[in-house]
Amino acid sequence: MAAHIVGKKTYFGIFGALMVLTAVTVWVANFDLGRWNAVAALTIAVVKGTLVVLYFMHVRYSSRLTWVFVSSGLIWLIVLIALTLGDYMTRGWVKIAQ
Amino acid sequence: MESEVQNKAPRTHYINARYGLKSWLFTIDHKRIALLYLASITFFFFLGGLFAVLIRLELLTPKGDLVQAETYNRFFTMHGVVMVFFFLIPAIPATLGNFLIPLMIGARDLAFPRLNLLSWYIYVVGAVFTLIAIVGGGVDTGWTFYTPYSTTYSNGNVLLTGIGIFITGFSSILTGLNFIVTIHTMRAPGLSWFRLPLFVWSHYATSLIMVLGTPVIAITILLLAFERIAHVGIFDPKLGGDPVLFQHLFWFYSHPAVYIMVLPAMGVISELVANMTRKNIFGYKFVALASIAIAIFGFLVWGHHMFVSTQSVYAGMIFSILSYAVAIPSAVKTFNWTATLYKGSISYNTPMLYAFGFIGFFIIGGMTGLFLAALGLDIHVHDTYFVVAHFHYIMVGGTIMGYLGGLHYWWPKISGRMYPEGWARFAALVIFVGFNLTFFPQFLLGYQGMPRRYYAYPDEFQVLNVMSSAGASILGVGYLIPMVYLFWSMRYGPKAGSNPWGAFGLEWRTSSPPPTENFKVTPVVTWEAYEFSPVEETEVIDISTP
Ligand SMILES: [Cu+2]
Repeated sequence: MAAHIVGKKTYFGIFGALMVLTAVTVWVANFDLGRWNAVAALTIAVVKGTLVVLYFMHVRYSSRLTWVFVSSGLIWLIVLIALTLGDYMTRGWVKIAQ
Repeated sequence: MESEVQNKAPRTHYINARYGLKSWLFTIDHKRIALLYLASITFFFFLGGLFAVLIRLELLTPKGDLVQAETYNRFFTMHGVVMVFFFLIPAIPATLGNFLIPLMIGARDLAFPRLNLLSWYIYVVGAVFTLIAIVGGGVDTGWTFYTPYSTTYSNGNVLLTGIGIFITGFSSILTGLNFIVTIHTMRAPGLSWFRLPLFVWSHYATSLIMVLGTPVIAITILLLAFERIAHVGIFDPKLGGDPVLFQHLFWFYSHPAVYIMVLPAMGVISELVANMTRKNIFGYKFVALASIAIAIFGFLVWGHHMFVSTQSVYAGMIFSILSYAVAIPSAVKTFNWTATLYKGSISYNTPMLYAFGFIGFFIIGGMTGLFLAALGLDIHVHDTYFVVAHFHYIMVGGTIMGYLGGLHYWWPKISGRMYPEGWARFAALVIFVGFNLTFFPQFLLGYQGMPRRYYAYPDEFQVLNVMSSAGASILGVGYLIPMVYLFWSMRYGPKAGSNPWGAFGLEWRTSSPPPTENFKVTPVVTWEAYEFSPVEETEVIDISTP
């Protein structure tokens, strides 16, 4: 597979975006959004992570097999989180008589 | 015969290609690295076995009279840690897998030979950390490191052992990565996916688990260290954490880890059953895909270890059902192996004896797993010797039987010599008897309520415990015999031809032991998997003459 050459401009652009997003995280931390605190922080983190995977790790320019492996890693993480939360979210369903 | 005359002059192969310690420690030949692993895991097998001996000695009598309770806790912890992380997980993939995968797919080496050597060094570094922890007093948490005991109360070398396991995990990840890339990119021309030996399929599935699961145990150990050192509340309820979260993370890796141990053994058994009956495996594709199914389903069942924790009963139900589901691909394999025997021309030699042993033990181990997956019954037998017996039937009865069967079967390829068949059959029989005598009584003990991890027990359990200890001594002797005659055969065993079994597969089409580059000519595969024909002799691609 021919190596895809990515210009310096792209790298600096992504780096800039990551820095801006870091600043946004800090800025958002000044506001108390209640239950949305975690949502906001995680959303920004996911966007940053995606940028790193796609550009710095060259996945965007890689073969479909690479995509399969990258997404299976993601799916495994979702399985870990979903089944674990499946425990935490349903613990209160059974009411124990005091 | 012509070839016998030629054999008198020494032929260059991977063992005599270069000499000296350096030629081994800096080798990038997958076959030599496999032998480095073989030596290391054999050391750990006997170290773990030593702890097992101490455990069984203490349990010979009801009173805790040989050692103190704290010492006993260290014995079973070190037995578990050493056996699981330093023997069972690398046992088959790092030795037989490393040696055979390139040979089986007609490649000259793994995709990343240097990474392969690195993974052995990483294993050694992790092992050294754990050995220091053992010598420096050991750990008493059990191999499961449950919180909050491990983070807050234990005064053993939790961190040092944790670091050892953390480091060794990377060796496992790199081996898995190497196998995946190799199987994807380095198959010989004509060797399509469904022509691959089932050994390769099962190692592919194993590698997926290694790559996708091992990072989670690494993260878990890091979090544990974080809490122990910096007192950040992750698992400790006093700091706002949840101890059951540790169990979730730990078993997300450690249940699939059982499949890291047993899937490669299943691959060995498939090779043995096909080649010793001279038939293609019944339902080849189903057996191949069952490996992948086990790898995937294996990740969805970890909660069955937590039925009596605070895990919600609804999550418990889901985990219970999913655990039953894993039985399906496992049963597919078992049924298909037995169906393969039908009308096969079966050779009852040592490798096949181990294969029979595996199938029997795996059925008992697997079926008792269904007992434990049942929500109600598990409450009765949870943390009893029933569980101990169950997982030893899978890990010892499954993995070690597969490992020994494979070691015997490929020994002529690895060493170029035959082992003594009579002694080998005798040892297989001793192991079979010793194993059953050791672990079957433990099912009964557990069902009657003897808890695991106690150094003393009520008098009425003594008869069964004495049986178990007696069995363990027989089993120990059974493991020592192959150790002796395999070493002996390296020098004195009769020379093996390139294909002493009349077996199928590319590894038998090169000389024994193979040359460093495996094949003088890249083989072109024009046949299906296990395409035995009654008349045609397998053609040897490389009889490298001096
Ligand atoms: Cu499990």
